Amino acid sequence: MKFPNPHDIKAKTIPGTEGWERMYPYHYQFVTDDPERNQYEKDSFWFADGLHYPEPLYPFDTIWDEAWYLALSQFNNRIFMVPPVRGVDHRIINGYVYISPVPVKDGAEIGSRVPHFMERAGYYYKNWDALEAKWKVKMEATIRELEAVKIPKLPDMEDISVVTDAVGESRGYHLLKNYDDLINLGLKCWQYHFEFLNLGYAAYVFFLDFMQKQFPSMPTQRVTQMIAGIDVIMYQPDEELKKLAKKAIELGIEATVCSSPEWSVVEAALRKLPKGQEWLAALDQAKDPWFEVSTGTGWFHHDRSWNDQMNVPLTGINTYIGKIKQDISIERPTEKVRAERDRITAEYRDLIGTEEDRKQFDELLGCAKTVFPYVENHLFYVEHWFHSVFWNKMREVGAIMKQHGMIEDVEDIWLLRRDEIKQGLWDVVTAWATGVTPRGTKVWPKEIAWRKGVMQKFKEWSAPPAIGTAPEVIQEPFTIVLWGVTNKSLADWSAVQEVKDPDSITEIKGFAGSPGVAEGRARICKTVAEVGQLQEGEILVAPTTSPSWAPAFAKISACVTDVGGVMSHAAIVCREYGLPAVVGTGLSTKIIKSGMMLRVDGSSGVITIVR
Amino acid sequence: MTESAAMGGAVAGRGPAGVPLVCWFEECRKDSVPLVGGKCSSLGELINAGVRVPPGFALTTEGYRRFMAEAGINREIKSLLDKLDAADMDALERTSASIRTSIEAHPFSTEIEDLVAECYRKLSLRCCMPAAPVAVRSSATAEDLPGASFAGQQDTYLWIRGIDEVLHHMRRCISSLYTARAIAYRANRGLDDERMAISIGVQKMANAHTAGVMFTIHPANGDRSVIVIDSNFGFGESVVSGEVTPDHFVVNKVTLDIIDRTISQKEMCYTVDLKTQQSLAVEVPFERQRVQSLIDDEITELAGMGKQIEKHYGRPMDIEWAVDKDLPAGGNIFILQARPETVWSEKRLEPVADAGASAMDYILSSMLAGKKVK
Repeated sequence: MKFPNPHDIKAKTIPGTEGWERMYPYHYQFVTDDPERNQYEKDSFWFADGLHYPEPLYPFDTIWDEAWYLALSQFNNRIFMVPPVRGVDHRIINGYVYISPVPVKDGAEIGSRVPHFMERAGYYYKNWDALEAKWKVKMEATIRELEAVKIPKLPDMEDISVVTDAVGESRGYHLLKNYDDLINLGLKCWQYHFEFLNLGYAAYVFFLDFMQKQFPSMPTQRVTQMIAGIDVIMYQPDEELKKLAKKAIELGIEATVCSSPEWSVVEAALRKLPKGQEWLAALDQAKDPWFEVSTGTGWFHHDRSWNDQMNVPLTGINTYIGKIKQDISIERPTEKVRAERDRITAEYRDLIGTEEDRKQFDELLGCAKTVFPYVENHLFYVEHWFHSVFWNKMREVGAIMKQHGMIEDVEDIWLLRRDEIKQGLWDVVTAWATGVTPRGTKVWPKEIAWRKGVMQKFKEWSAPPAIGTAPEVIQEPFTIVLWGVTNKSLADWSAVQEVKDPDSITEIKGFAGSPGVAEGRARICKTVAEVGQLQEGEILVAPTTSPSWAPAFAKISACVTDVGGVMSHAAIVCREYGLPAVVGTGLSTKIIKSGMMLRVDGSSGVITIVR
Repeated sequence: MTESAAMGGAVAGRGPAGVPLVCWFEECRKDSVPLVGGKCSSLGELINAGVRVPPGFALTTEGYRRFMAEAGINREIKSLLDKLDAADMDALERTSASIRTSIEAHPFSTEIEDLVAECYRKLSLRCCMPAAPVAVRSSATAEDLPGASFAGQQDTYLWIRGIDEVLHHMRRCISSLYTARAIAYRANRGLDDERMAISIGVQKMANAHTAGVMFTIHPANGDRSVIVIDSNFGFGESVVSGEVTPDHFVVNKVTLDIIDRTISQKEMCYTVDLKTQQSLAVEVPFERQRVQSLIDDEITELAGMGKQIEKHYGRPMDIEWAVDKDLPAGGNIFILQARPETVWSEKRLEPVADAGASAMDYILSSMLAGKKVK
């Protein structure tokens, strides 16, 4: 397998984007002026993190990449001392993030890390439930702290209380401090994010590995099915919509709820009805925190929450009301799912050839089942709830920048790096204190206009899935599970590279996410906002999906995604609803067009385009 | 007509100690080998396990002995074999020819003829046909037994119709015990001809639209969680002999979904030439060559049958099957033969994990080993 040299890729600068490097931290660059670093970069294997970043990264959104660059690496390398791997290194080309697991090469060093790993990771595995309970408390406190952060406006004259209470601090200082608090809470939240995740994935990966050694042809989804949670909180937002749909029918106001796709219209109509007010009260209860669920993955500023886009949950509620009216059950078949899970687990156990291995199976399954709820549940706390609140706090910062002429629109703030915003706020605050005009008013609007052009060009660029030198062995658990970097995926990636004409492709391969076969017309939905276009029985083709896409699954006959493994949202939900899914296909949204006839085989992971 | 009536009536003839001369497959179990040989007893075992097998009956080893004794063939053979030098190829051929002619020329006794004719009539009735086409094949008492394979030593006659033809081919089966090769084989191993006993099975032909083999273990890697099916149009011969690259399906044994499929270009298949009563290699029309020879529903049903057979025998099995074109879906898949898989089953299983290892130990050792990606 041959992959391009990262420096060659980077050298082909897209015309008009010269100097783009300043949009990202300097240490994210592939370099040519440092021979040692250059050689390391050439010898390493870098793959595009399409799972998290299907699109180029806005300068501000780089914050979460920096956050997990640190958090994942530190937990692997400095806290749990995972013997054969250090952290995961990061680079950016044209706004796309490339990552590379860093191995420990010296055998003696690996050996010396072993006892530490056994002690430290062992402690977490042994006390998992108690530590996880502590985690929830820490995490909720962090989110509540974030909600309490105030982004103060700068007054012409400070309030008299500053004098009478002898506060001794100005709003300007508070703005700077609170911006720092905001950023630090974000980084802290990501520290917690990885406290359990590496170990959780390790338990899962090696249970998977054990099963596939027993049964080389065992599909990954079947292993997942044995341990995946049934009552995970990721389903809760969708469950709330179902409850609200039922409640509307119970109160006899379903016609009003369904009267318009515009939430503002529906809300106004409901306010006028006594039963409507009762329903709105139930809605308010459901909202905290479940409507903080993001309509995207939560990783980007443009992933707005349901609270921000009430039309999205409204569509979901309407779909469920429609189903109930047609007497179609909207309940997840949890009993059936549970019974099937138990049957599959027992049958595979019986097929294991030796008593020793059956005992090992019980051990590993038990461990994987203990860790797994965290692996699924952290998403809601961090990527959804925390992020949704965080993005809106940042919009408040944007509003102040706009007020002081630093940017033309609140949403322009995303085109600045977090340290540039800090500098800009200093500019604003000192100018405010001094009574002069901030220098940035003549700097940033021009720069932002240029960066918008660059971002557009980045979006049109097709990032190669892998660059550098492929390794012989990958030991980093995340690399294997989350990004699905395996022999097979590398071969598929290198094969796709060789196809010159996407119109000639009739077959796309991905991971078998959920079994079954379906045929139907494709519908490309790049964002959740496009889900409304889905017709009954169509096949959803999306970059990736998230919990807020849930109502879409009630309509479709199969699902295809560009990124994600068998643990991705689309795969989990499809298994639950008995729909075929092929996930992690790489380029489906680029190759498939809406209206094409597809055959999706979720058992073998093959999509056939009928041309 | 009930099953038991179909089975019972014809079996009036009995040998010493009430041993039947003829019996239905349904009456056989896996411990019936001394009576009906390996093949027929295994078919009986399958039927009793609830597996769909083309119906049929057997001339028992007692029936065989009666035939050989009644006509005085035994004595004749003994005198011919006694003076034979098994190393003399010409003499072997001559002796074989004269023994076989003698066997084929001797009629069965009226009693045996009547018993067989009654079974054949009832079999045809069960198949709703005036004269059911049948396969007549020997079922040796030593064949198919672990470690002592006589496979291929006796003949099989397909597409036989009418009682006279059936009786004639039963005798041919018996005479096939005396091919030059078989005589030499026994002489070299010091096996006693007189103590040898075979049974003859008469079984409805499956008019195969598609047929092939199925393993309830992955033949390539020993994975016990899958069922692997190879199939081609027509009779299973083309698959068994390896004359075509068959369609290949891998089915998850636990969930019965198809996890891998390879549709091959199948250039030829076997069908029957009813005039010569022989299977005939024919070219598959070009437009059908790349058509999946077994539809998904059939694959699932077949794999379900494989799973059931494995469960019954308690070990991985090697199975021959056919889809009958004369019968409607849901009742048209038949198991023709099932025997234990021997390659992987006889390997000593080495545990993947070290004995007594905790989950942590396993995670650590796997992490150190890493995942090969090249």
